Amino acid sequence: MNAPLSRVGIVVLVLFGLIFVNLNYIQVFKADDYRNSPYNGRVQLDEYNKERGQITLAGGVSIAKSVDTGGDLRYQRTYPFGPAYAFVSGYKAVYLGSDGIEHSENDILSGKSSELFVNRLTGMLTGRNTGGGSVQLTINQKAQEAAFAGLGNRKGAVVAIDATTGALLTVVSTPSFDPSPLSGNDTAAANTAFQQYNKDPAQPMLNRAFMNNYPPGSTFKVVVSAAALAKGLTPDTNITAGPGYQPPQTEHVIKNDNPSICPQDQVTMKSALTQSCNTGFARLAVEQIGAEKLREQAQAFGFETEYTTPLKSAKSETGPMGDPAVLAGSAIGQQSVKMTPLQGAMIAAGVINGGTQMRPYLVAQTQAPDLSVLDKADPSVLNRPMTPANAKGLEDMMVSVVENGTGGKAKIKNIRVGGKTGTAEAGTGNPEHGWFIGFATQGNQKIAVAVFLENAGEGGSGEATKLAGNVLAAALGVGR
Amino acid sequence: MLLLAVIGILFAFSAATEAGAIQKITGDFWVLPAMISAVLLLAHIVVRFVAPYADPAILPCVALLNGLGVVFIRRLDLGEVKLRQRANLPVFSSDGQAVKQVIWTLVAVGLFTGLLILVRDHKSISRYAYTLGLAGLVLVALPAVLPASVSEVNGAKLWIKLGPLSFQPGEFAKVALLAFFAYYLVRKREVLSLASRRIMGIDFPRGRDLGPVLTVWLFSMLVLVFEQDLGTALMYFGMFVVMLYVATERVSWILIGLGTFIGGAVLAHTFISRLQLRVEIWLDPFSDARGKGYQLVQSLLGFGTGGLFGTGPGGGQPGIIPEAHNDFITAGFGEEIGLFGVTAMLCLYLTIVIRGLRTAVGVRDSFGKLLAGGLSFTLGLQVFVIVGGVTKLIPLTGQTTPFLSAGGSSLMANWILIALLIRISDAARRPETGQPSKQPAMLHDAHTEIIRPGSKP
Repeated sequence: MNAPLSRVGIVVLVLFGLIFVNLNYIQVFKADDYRNSPYNGRVQLDEYNKERGQITLAGGVSIAKSVDTGGDLRYQRTYPFGPAYAFVSGYKAVYLGSDGIEHSENDILSGKSSELFVNRLTGMLTGRNTGGGSVQLTINQKAQEAAFAGLGNRKGAVVAIDATTGALLTVVSTPSFDPSPLSGNDTAAANTAFQQYNKDPAQPMLNRAFMNNYPPGSTFKVVVSAAALAKGLTPDTNITAGPGYQPPQTEHVIKNDNPSICPQDQVTMKSALTQSCNTGFARLAVEQIGAEKLREQAQAFGFETEYTTPLKSAKSETGPMGDPAVLAGSAIGQQSVKMTPLQGAMIAAGVINGGTQMRPYLVAQTQAPDLSVLDKADPSVLNRPMTPANAKGLEDMMVSVVENGTGGKAKIKNIRVGGKTGTAEAGTGNPEHGWFIGFATQGNQKIAVAVFLENAGEGGSGEATKLAGNVLAAALGVGR
Repeated sequence: MLLLAVIGILFAFSAATEAGAIQKITGDFWVLPAMISAVLLLAHIVVRFVAPYADPAILPCVALLNGLGVVFIRRLDLGEVKLRQRANLPVFSSDGQAVKQVIWTLVAVGLFTGLLILVRDHKSISRYAYTLGLAGLVLVALPAVLPASVSEVNGAKLWIKLGPLSFQPGEFAKVALLAFFAYYLVRKREVLSLASRRIMGIDFPRGRDLGPVLTVWLFSMLVLVFEQDLGTALMYFGMFVVMLYVATERVSWILIGLGTFIGGAVLAHTFISRLQLRVEIWLDPFSDARGKGYQLVQSLLGFGTGGLFGTGPGGGQPGIIPEAHNDFITAGFGEEIGLFGVTAMLCLYLTIVIRGLRTAVGVRDSFGKLLAGGLSFTLGLQVFVIVGGVTKLIPLTGQTTPFLSAGGSSLMANWILIALLIRISDAARRPETGQPSKQPAMLHDAHTEIIRPGSKP
């Protein structure tokens, strides 16, 4: 029986050999795949054993922080302000990934950044479990809350920018979502919340401020004006207006919103903008500027480019404008022209900052766990869409809109406010969008703003204008 | 010497585990290893007295595995409480598994020493062969006839639950049936290997020679299939075929065995939904990674996360895998001690199996040969079935990992198995005179011996 016994030994060796080969396959060859598998909760568990850094506002108020639960996932992410800052902070879900600043600044917040290497090293030596660094945002709490409260239950977005630096003061999109349940340590509840938000037809997780673009309506006349000024016209140059304009090769007649708007043949450009004269700007674009120059001006303001703040934004588009009829429509912000609320605010910022657009940014500074500053924002020039002289001219035109024209509801006592209202057709059957882009200045402070109300209908632009005034006043810290 | 090394490793592993899981070493880290060490030292001393010639490598290997199991189960207990409370979790916390495992270890080692003291000659077991065979059958069949309320756990009917105690009779049936098979096959081996009919080039023995053993085996297979305990069915099958082969020295048995296995597997696959599910999960666990495939997926991810060196004892998250203290304990080890650690651990098993087989080769009586061979192979096969299962080498069937998994029945049955192996190895290595001799000169592999003149207790 010894011969078969030794063969049995060989069989056992072969069986164990198979296990060894398979173990090598799993633990060496496939190890990286498995380690980084989305189903692998271990990496997250590890991550959740350390205190993640905070996300704070300009004043130091925390909008995202980790609390110690003492559970399996030791720290839980909470967002004290719920939906108000959701699109800025984003969320940090255990299994659903992350978004917003939580995503783009993850290296700092989680402590993985190479800038925090020394911290990790000393933590290792002293046996202390050092947490992540914190991220301080440029967001102004008062302006953000004014915008969030003002939008209320409506669909819309508000973006405000410090035009002299590019610091984003307000980024609000409504309806919003609460990042806390998504980021809770109860993954089943997080999944349920995520599904619920995803199925909601109001799209509460869509960042309307950055990620969607809409027809800008009459606010695009600011761009047309800038192109006209670049061609040598001045705010006081007379342009042809009138009650109707039929562009060449079309049956369609462009009319004004109201017969009382620029019925005379000739109006100054300033007056045309103040009253929001459709016929004047359509004719100006077709007869004096041309598609090429108008597109160039729009691109100089930032159309067709993405902003990284570091949150990504969608591109704003001018679309095809070659045909005169299309160009006429484009000049009043219809046809294929589409822009994001962020782009709207960037146009106003370019005008108020003497024709220079600063690069928009959200992160003021990053800090190590011991609060030493790791990195500070360094404002830089992004575009120069206008000459300072033309920018001053356009600024005066926009101030006239608020003081004498359609933008009256944006007025703030003792503050120089300018802007442009917009009402954009949102496709057949849908109520119109309401827009306002503008600015306010006080001393050296120059704040630009864009307010967008989706399908707001009749009176939408008026409400947008009023809200813009509220946000500008809040950003400047003044009453109305 | 080896045992002292084992004890050292256990203390170090326990300390490292606490360091990893609680971030500090509590004053309690030594309690479990000390208890286990005391028990094992005692077992060692008993072995030296009642089986002085026994293979010296087997007990330390088993001791290390058992000790690692206990410490790791304690580590899993720690993982289940909140981080802040971990340092204060008493070693003998009533809701932990570790304390039960320690008690079971005491009982199992008690059985082991008792058996060694009681049974001075393994041949005497053959006297009870039919009793054991019958007992094995009863043990296998018991959970099947008992109502599900006392016998079903996770869909498999293989338990007997008596109040707080639950007990898996199949584990004991394994050893009992092995003894019966060994006895019967040795008695009939002449007829089995000589008197046969040749059909299609393969020798088939006469039905009446094979009758009893075939009946017992078939009956257990049917019961096991009925109880949905496919892993054990597979084990019994392998065990039976290999013993037939060793007894008759005929390769035809392997061929017949493999043939019936494939046929049976295909047949079972079409009828047993549980088996279909298992195969489905095995082929692609990731297709339902959060549902049916969850256990296997998490097991694989645990192994993968561990990689070559592991996360370090206490540094992993083995608690993610359900049944981590049971079927999937190897995956927990894979995560924390890595490929190198698990390979070393498997080598411990391999050492026990190979030493067992060498015992079988060395022992002079056929019954001892067959019994030792069967016991060793069964142990090896069980490790293959469960470790192969959790590493997606073969479909997963529930089996305990010998000496590591939490659970009393498995621990006791496997310690009994080791007691028999040690008893036979003592006979195999005993000098011809039959008298205890002070000279180990008769042992051909004296260089691996640690028994030296004067070192005996």
